[in-house]
Amino acid sequence: MDFLKDPLKLAADWLIGLMTGWGMPEGVAAGVAAFLGIFVLIAILMVIDIFLVWLERKVVARFQDRIGPNRLGPFGLIQPFADIIKLLIKEDITPANADKVVYNLAPMLSMMSVLILWAIIPLAPSMLGVDLNVAALYIIATGAIGTLSIIMAGWSSNNKFALLGAFRQVAVMVSFEIPMVASLLIPTVLAGSMGMNAIIEKQDIWFFILSPLGALIFLIAAIAELGRAPFDMGEAESELISGYNVEYSGMKFGMFYAGELLHAFTFGGFWGILFFGGYRFFGLEQVSPFLSIPILLFKAVIGYWIIMWVKYTMMRIRIDHMLAFNWKFLTPLSFALLIVTALVHALAKDAALWVYGLSMFLSNLVLGWIVVEFLRRYSRAEREKVEGPARPAMEAAGH
Amino acid sequence: MTTAQIIFLVVAAVTLVSAFMVVTTRNLIHAALWLVATLFGVAVTYALLNANFLAVVQVVVYIGAIAILFIFAVMLTRKEMRDQGPQLNSAWWISALLAVLTFGGLVGMLWGWKGMDTLASEMPVGFDSVSALGDALISPNAFVLPFEVASVLLLAALVGAVYVAFNPRSGDSRK
Repeated sequence: MDFLKDPLKLAADWLIGLMTGWGMPEGVAAGVAAFLGIFVLIAILMVIDIFLVWLERKVVARFQDRIGPNRLGPFGLIQPFADIIKLLIKEDITPANADKVVYNLAPMLSMMSVLILWAIIPLAPSMLGVDLNVAALYIIATGAIGTLSIIMAGWSSNNKFALLGAFRQVAVMVSFEIPMVASLLIPTVLAGSMGMNAIIEKQDIWFFILSPLGALIFLIAAIAELGRAPFDMGEAESELISGYNVEYSGMKFGMFYAGELLHAFTFGGFWGILFFGGYRFFGLEQVSPFLSIPILLFKAVIGYWIIMWVKYTMMRIRIDHMLAFNWKFLTPLSFALLIVTALVHALAKDAALWVYGLSMFLSNLVLGWIVVEFLRRYSRAEREKVEGPARPAMEAAGH
Repeated sequence: MTTAQIIFLVVAAVTLVSAFMVVTTRNLIHAALWLVATLFGVAVTYALLNANFLAVVQVVVYIGAIAILFIFAVMLTRKEMRDQGPQLNSAWWISALLAVLTFGGLVGMLWGWKGMDTLASEMPVGFDSVSALGDALISPNAFVLPFEVASVLLLAALVGAVYVAFNPRSGDSRK
């Protein structure tokens, strides 16, 4: 029973006991056990990453009415391994006049910025790297390292397309950080803590129901942060070839690619954690971590699927539209939502749960309606500037 | 030596070496990247001091915003990324003297301080430093006034930046 309740602690205790039995001091043994834990987590993540390549290719194929990889193994499952072998035996090219140290450091930092996110992801109530009390900000901080890796890759490649791609990507990432922070503050306000476990424990009602608008803003900001379509102006293969990673070959390119996929999967997971109850599912998480891990992974895959769905159905947005959308629309909206959420939370937190939930949901709905109405008037005014005032007859006919 | 001391010494050494590289390297982008390493070292020092919030904010603000801004500024203003001129001017010894005097003053001040060789008391279990900080920032008995004044100052800077950058002759910004 103990094994079902908390397998990680049991395994760690057994390992530490084994190593102290060999005559190792307890502190060192605990350090080695912790290191092994990190190593196992990263190894599992990389294996998941391999299958994410397959998943991504299969899903994009379905969206584009193709079959996708189907030659190697059942459903093409061995295809990603073949891809990896191809990437590993490709010639490793460093462009002339590239800044070698920075050039080689960039893919590592890119991958690292994704992997360290998993330190704060609670796989089960007792299974997480560290229950940081500033976890929401930690997500932003790792994003900063990702931004740095992109500018390093773009600059050190000594290629103007790479540099242009990096500039665009970094401009997008830096500006979409702001709605991201504001939308991360909404679960923080609702839960009264920035810790991931505290946020999950507070979700007797999913925060998605309390703040659908916040969840939507987080998703948009996350997609922009990932640099995926429709926000992939940094890549824009038709004009910039492939953006900041154009000069990378072989496994170094593979690091960027795998990092991007894992990043998307991770943000799907964060979407699940922050707005859909994380590992919670009708009390199943209390039974055993063996149930809560699949629940969390399932929610992460759903989030990842939605990110892919958006990516493969939307067109790329022009860079100035993208930034105007962020600064003139998303940022004010996210701050307005934060203020409304904080006010309603302060007023209704002592009321019955259904009153609280309903007032939260309705306040979001009202704000959303105001935004849509405002946008309708704005676009009508813009259209009238170009086409002249709408004819009354057409108005009456409902056009 | 305890593990914490060893980690601190390593982090401090890395921070100092990178800070030294910031001012000695001739490649401006490398200087900016060494600056990132320095700032990261400071963040790790904060984390070692149990100041989680400061550590994370250090990374978000200094690496995520300011260092990126530096790199952008260098790339946009310079064609040649290398600094060719002499690295020292004639007043270098005054700066060196001031630096040594400041360091000496700090050491002299801290020499007799008994906090130097007492261990910090353990944080009570379940103490949430972030909520304590948040309460302090909006509590009238603590820092609400400086906090609000700082926000007004930042807002004024923001408005000033928009005013300076705004070109009245171009009029309608949407063209």
